[in-house]
Amino acid sequence: MQISDLASALPARREPPASYWRDALIHPLVLRLVSFAAVLALWEYAGRIPLSPAFPTFLETMGGLGAIIADGTLYKAFLITLHPLVIGLAVSVLLGVALGVLMGLHEPSEWLIAPVFVIAQAAPLAALIPILTFAYGIGLTAKIMTVCIMAMPVIVLNTLGAVRNTPKSLLEMSRSFLASRSQSIRLVILPAASPMIFAGLRLGCAAAFIGVILAELLITPTGIGDVISYNQSVADYPKMYAAILAIIVFSVLFIELLERIELTLFRPESRA
Amino acid sequence: MTPNIAPAEPRQTPGLAPIPPVATRPIVEVKSVSKTYAGGVEALSGISLDFPEGRLTTLLGPSGCGKTTLLKIIAGLIPASGGQVFVDGREVKGPGPERAFVFQDFALMPWASVIRNVAFGLELRGIAHGEREAIAERHIARVGLKGFERKYPHELSGGMRQRVGLARALAVDAKVVLMDEPFSAVDEQTRRKFQEELLELVANEGKSFIFVTHSIEEAVYVSDRIALLSRRPSRVSAIIEPKIVRGGDPEKIRRDSAYLDVVEDIWQQLKHYLD
Ligand SMILES: Nc1ncnc2c1ncn2[C@@H]1O[C@H](COP(=O)(O)OP(=O)(O)OP(=O)(O)O)[C@@H](O)[C@H]1O
Ligand SMILES: [Mg+2]
Repeated sequence: MQISDLASALPARREPPASYWRDALIHPLVLRLVSFAAVLALWEYAGRIPLSPAFPTFLETMGGLGAIIADGTLYKAFLITLHPLVIGLAVSVLLGVALGVLMGLHEPSEWLIAPVFVIAQAAPLAALIPILTFAYGIGLTAKIMTVCIMAMPVIVLNTLGAVRNTPKSLLEMSRSFLASRSQSIRLVILPAASPMIFAGLRLGCAAAFIGVILAELLITPTGIGDVISYNQSVADYPKMYAAILAIIVFSVLFIELLERIELTLFRPESRA
Repeated sequence: MTPNIAPAEPRQTPGLAPIPPVATRPIVEVKSVSKTYAGGVEALSGISLDFPEGRLTTLLGPSGCGKTTLLKIIAGLIPASGGQVFVDGREVKGPGPERAFVFQDFALMPWASVIRNVAFGLELRGIAHGEREAIAERHIARVGLKGFERKYPHELSGGMRQRVGLARALAVDAKVVLMDEPFSAVDEQTRRKFQEELLELVANEGKSFIFVTHSIEEAVYVSDRIALLSRRPSRVSAIIEPKIVRGGDPEKIRRDSAYLDVVEDIWQQLKHYLD
């Protein structure tokens, strides 16, 4: 029996090649890689035109990245940047979620507190940084404050909306089965709100990264902000872009991690 | 009017076929309850109605007449604007352990598995995890969902979700089960199957059921007593006791002339409410 006979004897086993390739091509991972590759290729091309002498190609930037990793600059810079970022983010998440939940459960406190955050979310907060510097000096506190004012509004307002949007029928259900107020909050309102709260946390984290880099560029150059501005001043553009790229990648990975944590800890049904 | 149909207050009407003695005690008494919503909508105006113990009583009436409103007032979920409700002799001030509600839209928690949803009432009462899961498992099996304990609501069909809602209400072992159009979201075959199961529950559980439906046929088929509500602001326009002889072939009952007569009678009365 020949291979071709075998193949024709089992036609059902054989994937029609055309659709196999089409399926492989529209696979999410493949599409994402294509999207990345396209952007990087465009970057490489724009760098080679060159668009501007201050705009390195992708490959030059990779070289710069290798250099700042090898001499330990990047690692040290990250440790410094993470300091206000982690503190600011922790404060924003804990305080932001707490305030959002409080306002969601208790209307008068919403009237009292929410306007501040509504305005803060609409305002160009970077403009406040000089005032923060004036009030808190140029140290860590001002940077933490910058992270907080960037990250907190979206966290607070999303949490408020999430709590408010608890399905009425679930609240009625829990009441009819004799839930106390605290049981309703713990077992119904918070679980129902968690997807939207986490959406707010992801946006808040992204805003926190913006905040910390702004602070490091505008208040005093430290950490990644220092690597960026120093290399800019000495016209070492590959290193400057490498630092920018590094913080962007780090921020994306961090937010991705947050999503994984949400799915594994809080959304059992999404894995079913 | 056939002898089956009586004016609103059966106890004041001589000549009404007597209700069997077991059912004479009303488990739920609604006494001139009225409800006006905040917007000024008058949903109920002085409704009085008794629900016999161990029976299934149906609230039937045109859409928007206040059936859900009345059921929720009995459940203690919304306050009446006037009048009183007594359950088992005690006045209703809020939800209570002797009442359980089956929601029209199921009201299942999407983040919780079937077993956790079914055990939710017990969880709220502080019953230990192992014990409440054992009870929930029994009720899940009872509504025909064995094997689905660890599934999540989004993995179930509408009919299966409704069974979860029913199992949750049965699991807390309440005397009175309040069901708001529980079968409206399922197809006709499932609906008939549910009706048989409901009849079985009424026969075997010793619980009292208050049932809301839009369907005249369904009301006549499953009810021991039907309260016909008028249009908003609603009053009881008639009390009907279908007296279907159960236990036979369902198909035969549905073709039985006594059954069809009651359906026709109710239809004649409800027709007035059509514009
Ligand atoms: N929360 C509310 N606020 C104001 N009006 C309401 C509210 N709930 C219901 N109503 C009004 O009260 C009336 C009775 O409503 P209800 O839901 O009790 O009717 P229903 O008989 O259950 O109707 P359906 O058969 O369509 O379910 C309706 O006119 C409705 O618009
Ligand atoms: Mg209704």
